[in-house]
Amino acid sequence: MNWLVFLKYLALMAVVTYLIRVLPYVFMRKEVKNRFFRSFLAYVPYTVLAAMTFPAILSATGNIYSALAGLLAGIIVAFFEKGLLTVALSSCVAVLAAELLIKFVFH
Amino acid sequence: MNSFRKGFTDGIPIGLGYLAVSFSFGILAVAGGLNIWQATLISMTNLTSAGQFAGLTIMLSGGSIVEMIISQIVINLRYSLMSISLSQHIDKTMNLPRKLFYGEFHTDEIFAVSVGHPEKLGNRYFLGVIIAPYIGWTLGTFLGAVCGEVLPAIITNALGVALYGMFIAIVVPPMKHSWKMATVVGIAVLLSVAFAYVPVLKNITPGFAIIICAVTASLFGAFVFPVSDDEKKPVKAKEE
Repeated sequence: MNWLVFLKYLALMAVVTYLIRVLPYVFMRKEVKNRFFRSFLAYVPYTVLAAMTFPAILSATGNIYSALAGLLAGIIVAFFEKGLLTVALSSCVAVLAAELLIKFVFH
Repeated sequence: MNSFRKGFTDGIPIGLGYLAVSFSFGILAVAGGLNIWQATLISMTNLTSAGQFAGLTIMLSGGSIVEMIISQIVINLRYSLMSISLSQHIDKTMNLPRKLFYGEFHTDEIFAVSVGHPEKLGNRYFLGVIIAPYIGWTLGTFLGAVCGEVLPAIITNALGVALYGMFIAIVVPPMKHSWKMATVVGIAVLLSVAFAYVPVLKNITPGFAIIICAVTASLFGAFVFPVSDDEKKPVKAKEE
């Protein structure tokens, strides 16, 4: 792509994304005392991550069966409170195993 | 362990997950007509998955300025919520220049591991935590752009799930310890399913859908299960 056109788009994307991140960070100086607002903020990260994971994960691999394998492996390992990397790798391995199974055994 | 090392260690799984996800971004960007350096530059300056994917689509289709601005605001608005939340979780070492600097690195995952710590965090922690994710995201994009199509889909599919695995690792333990958290997260998931499959609702952009799901479920949680003043988070307190 033409560099001038590209840089125009890039600047827009980068600046808007940066301001969205930084403005609330800089201007929320005081500790939030309001109990309702604090409760809301405490729940936000978990609801955001959950909404992004499900059902998006179901269409993240080659087919829904390997995706389900990855999801279940992740939930089981996470339930036993293993680290982030362990959970992530368990999901990856489960997806790979399921796709290999489907490819070479069920075909 | 000192704060820098703690942050750096937290960042490693994030960096590995990013390597896989940005790899596919690199493939897409080059396939669409960007060169390797343009693809890498997007990742270096944006550090966000959904926003970049949307931005790339608009770029390649010759979309308008307004379209680009609105899409980035809508898709990335959740970062505002995360930044407000993080601003309550930092110590006095985080002065204005540092906020202006570290704010750029507020991604879903960096945010998640940061707020997962019960204590307030400062400059050294954030310096540590951003390194691996930033390198992973940039390097993954570069590698994806250069040689992405060499790897078979079966490998990239498996690597792509790493990111979701990390989300699961963050969300599941607090749900196990608190039925209130489990209920609130369950509501978010139900809404998310509705936005994916129900007619009309599924026409809403993914970024906007995430905002509606998270805000609605969190408002419900704040109304019905408010956090008491002595506990910082509902998630850390195990229930009787």
